[in-house]
Amino acid sequence: MAAKSNLINMALCLTAVCLVCAAVLGVTYAVTCEPIAAAAAAEAQASIAKVLPAGGEISEEIASDAEGVDGYFVQSDAEGAVTAYAVKSTTGGFGGPLTLMVGVLPDGTVYNTSVLAHSETPGLGAKCTEEKSSFREQWKGFAGAFAVRKDGGDVDAITASTITSRAYTKAVAQAVELVKSMSNE
Amino acid sequence: MSKFSLITKGLLKENPTFVLVLGMCPTLATTTSAMNGLEMGLATMFVLILSNIVISLIAPVVPDKVHIPVYIVVIATFVTVLQLLMQAFTPAVYKTLGLFIPLIVVNCIILGRAEAFANKNGVWDSALDGIGIGIGFTLSLTVIGIVREILGSGAIFGWKFITGDGMLAFVMAPGAFIVLGYLMVLFNKIAKK
Amino acid sequence: MEILLIIISAIFVNNIVLAQFLGICPFLGVSNKLSTASGMSLAVCFVITLATVVTYLINKFLLVPFGLTFLQTIAFILVIAALVQTVEIVLKKVSPSLYQALGIFLPLITTNCAVLGVAINVVTKEFTFGGTAHLMGLGEATIYAFATSLGYGLAMILFAGIREHLAMNEVPKAFRGLPIALISVGIMALAFLGFSGIV
Repeated sequence: MAAKSNLINMALCLTAVCLVCAAVLGVTYAVTCEPIAAAAAAEAQASIAKVLPAGGEISEEIASDAEGVDGYFVQSDAEGAVTAYAVKSTTGGFGGPLTLMVGVLPDGTVYNTSVLAHSETPGLGAKCTEEKSSFREQWKGFAGAFAVRKDGGDVDAITASTITSRAYTKAVAQAVELVKSMSNE
Repeated sequence: MSKFSLITKGLLKENPTFVLVLGMCPTLATTTSAMNGLEMGLATMFVLILSNIVISLIAPVVPDKVHIPVYIVVIATFVTVLQLLMQAFTPAVYKTLGLFIPLIVVNCIILGRAEAFANKNGVWDSALDGIGIGIGFTLSLTVIGIVREILGSGAIFGWKFITGDGMLAFVMAPGAFIVLGYLMVLFNKIAKK
Repeated sequence: MEILLIIISAIFVNNIVLAQFLGICPFLGVSNKLSTASGMSLAVCFVITLATVVTYLINKFLLVPFGLTFLQTIAFILVIAALVQTVEIVLKKVSPSLYQALGIFLPLITTNCAVLGVAINVVTKEFTFGGTAHLMGLGEATIYAFATSLGYGLAMILFAGIREHLAMNEVPKAFRGLPIALISVGIMALAFLGFSGIV
């Protein structure tokens, strides 16, 4: 069935196949390049909008070297006054990195939080991704001590998922810390 | 072999999961819910059909000694095309299935069908074979997904019928092995009759 | 300390077979006997570590600078396939005894998804060892790959031991072969679940 192999036809065949495949990939990449960028941008926008008050202008991502913070976005009103920050904050959860987007008002109050990436246990720690759960609702306007009740703070932990709750709390605390330090400047 | 049986053989006689036992990694890893299993099955089917078609076309001119590298390049190309398309149009699905999309390259089903079927059959038959095996794979993954979702989270296709949690172990790694083992027993019982 | 965390996490907590589902086909395929299982583990160990280092360098110095990261899948699989072939040829010349032990397993390894899986994981996934999330450096990546492959060997050898005993027992007919093997792996995975959360 297959052709007999010799050095020339092997080399030719491999080269031809690679060329064709490279062309196919090049074209696909060129076609999908924009939709991919748009999808990623839309996702980032949506995750920021979810944790901030409506309205206002959102800045480009600003890099940060604060502990656990990858970067943040500044929201400002028409006059240019800062109305809120959206901070991308990461800690180590139970199963791996836990990355949150935390919306913080300039005075250091938490506006809302959302989970960007996690690898927590399904059904236990992963409950932190359920919006409208009591764990997530408590963060809206949270202004207590940043620790779970077990550790003497004001955060109600997710049942049977203390480590995830601690990580979540720490990530929010990191974000608030950053905003407070910026507001004081 | 009739054209029809080319498609139906993937369901029972040559079911890729329960009879040929190929492509175990995605079978176990992505079937945490019925929907995930279905999506993974469809993604694999896409690559399988296209690679079967192309390989059946080029097989007669590919020198014997380099046929494996050539097939791998073809398969890897289609997988990359799939990755790009998914990133562009279904980013959420791409994120859930994660690593297992690029790993379709090393899914033994695809190279296996290329070797066992596509390189000695015509384009049309190879395409049908791809569809048949693809449907078999997709169905198996969906069934495993349904069982794990019912036991593990008390839901079917995301629709929850119990309050509270299911048996979490079934959504996690051990459940995957155990459910697949028992389904295989069931399949043996039914198919051998 | 950080290195210790990487090792423990890769071997026990995120065991490549029992928690990440990579390399299942050879895991089920050659775990019938302890001797073949250890041969395969050794070969996998060697290839995963080598392949990860090579693909890491290719990614860092070739794909990233030219903005070609979308070619990762195709580039990595070709590199791995070529690498495995080269290792086979070199081994045959340099150390015939080692070749005798590993030779038959090497061709099987190209399609072992554990190799490609680890290579892709290392360059795309962020890790939180040592506090902040970051992509791995070359040193960490090498250690991670090596530890992961040790985890593979551990699971494989433990399982081969179990399977040798299974073979001597009377198993109901419908369960014979793979089904009972899968269920045993499931129970093993359940035991390994106990490690989660320690890192």
